[in-house]
Amino acid sequence: MIGVDSLYVLAGAMFAAFALLSALDGSHSKRFGNAAFWGLMALSLLGGDAIGDFGNGLLVLGLAGLAGFGLIGRSNPATTSLAEREESSQRLGNRLFLPALIIPVTALLGTLAYNYTPLGAAGWIEAKRETYVFLGLGVLLAIGAMFAWLRPPAIAPLQEGRRLIDAIGWAAVLPQMLASLGVLFAAAGVGDAIGALTRMVIPDGSIFLTVAVFGLGMAIFTMVMGNAFAAFPVMAAAIGVPLLIKQYGGDPAVVGAIGMLAGFCGTLMTPMAANFNLVPAALLELKDQYGVIRAQIATALPLLAINIVLIYVAAFR
Amino acid sequence: MIDYWPLIGIALVVAGFALKLNPMLVVTASAIVTGLIAGMGPAEVISTFGKAFNDNRIIAIVWIVLPVIGLLERFGLQQRAAAMIRSLRNATTGRLLILYLLYRQVTAAIGLHSTAGHPQTVRPLVAPMALAAAEKQHGELSEEDAEEVKAYAAATDNVGLFFGEDIFFAIGSIVLIQQTLVTYGYNLAPLELALWAIPSAIAAFVIHSIRMLMLDRRLARTSR
Repeated sequence: MIGVDSLYVLAGAMFAAFALLSALDGSHSKRFGNAAFWGLMALSLLGGDAIGDFGNGLLVLGLAGLAGFGLIGRSNPATTSLAEREESSQRLGNRLFLPALIIPVTALLGTLAYNYTPLGAAGWIEAKRETYVFLGLGVLLAIGAMFAWLRPPAIAPLQEGRRLIDAIGWAAVLPQMLASLGVLFAAAGVGDAIGALTRMVIPDGSIFLTVAVFGLGMAIFTMVMGNAFAAFPVMAAAIGVPLLIKQYGGDPAVVGAIGMLAGFCGTLMTPMAANFNLVPAALLELKDQYGVIRAQIATALPLLAINIVLIYVAAFR
Repeated sequence: MIDYWPLIGIALVVAGFALKLNPMLVVTASAIVTGLIAGMGPAEVISTFGKAFNDNRIIAIVWIVLPVIGLLERFGLQQRAAAMIRSLRNATTGRLLILYLLYRQVTAAIGLHSTAGHPQTVRPLVAPMALAAAEKQHGELSEEDAEEVKAYAAATDNVGLFFGEDIFFAIGSIVLIQQTLVTYGYNLAPLELALWAIPSAIAAFVIHSIRMLMLDRRLARTSR
């Protein structure tokens, strides 16, 4: 059966190659820092299950130290110049979009075919992971197609990949770090403390104000934790179930579904949701690392207000 | 009696982000402090953090698309995307992003949320197209305007994803809502929850689309 383990091997091999190419890059002033950083990522993906929990913990401390003390940096592997890219874009025309579409189309058609045709009946892919598996297949197909058509130097995909991953830098690892921080927060009882604080500000007797505190609480707690999934069980236990559903008789489906979406409004406004907000800023090489968040606030705030009104109107109809 | 000490970990994170310290260090420091406050020993904190990191490796999988994106850039994909937009007479940044917003919401709503995203579609296609549309309409962009257009491209992907995916009933957040409410004795069908995601999805589309059209007008004002 094909599962995420095969993808870990694929990604781990890629990071190992990035590490090796970094170490060999004489023009890079921080070559060994980058080599160590991507080497640790390769170790995590290839051997994470073998080195034990404490070993993984030391690995994470290593990543944080290398990134936090400025030991990694951008690289300039040989690539094409802007003029060459213009020329190549003119020469190849819109056919250049075809390899770009191989990944999304493979993931899309693969997922649909696996779920809605007899193809998936044999269960040869790990459950719920089929899109990732087809994503990996799409990557391999796209690289194969580019080699067959354009014949780049053999090392080009890895060097071009290294150029991009070094431009993203530590932001590529931060989402995984934040997810791990969430686990420690939960173990320490952060959720219980937040729930207790929220109950203190509940106004008595007003359904609308209680709904507003519930919606705002979902958004704010999501901003703190970076993840609406962490906020929902806490806010449901503090306000959603005991007050909105039990005391005031609100519709549980509305309170649950739209409450979660109020949390998503918070996700749009927080650097804690690094993979949605900070990673794209790095990926698009924005000067302001909070640029994406700034662009989202004016959508998130009115939408939060609408979600609160929706809960009030639909749950108590 | 509720214990409020664990909130120090949150305060550390908020302060660290506000001071723009390196987030990797901020997160690590907060994790260690939070674990120690919770009564774990130093070795136990490191093990817990390490186990959580290992359990979340699936997050790192998306980076396998980078060699393909880099290779396509080498052959001028961004320039091609820009050239295609320049050839469309009526393309504007706002209209283009509204179209992408709709595409992202609809594909996410039928469970295909992992097929697009910042590395897969925004950097190679959507951002260069949005920039080209802005330049076509308004001439050379100032650096601030170019930054803003790129930021809006990324923002549109997020809004489309968040307010589309919950319409698909077999997604993690719907399962989480269902599981949480079951523990209180409310057994809801996932489909029932997914239906209630539709009004918010429509509201998100309307609000964000209006802002995209306002972006068009603002670009027209600043760049002439």
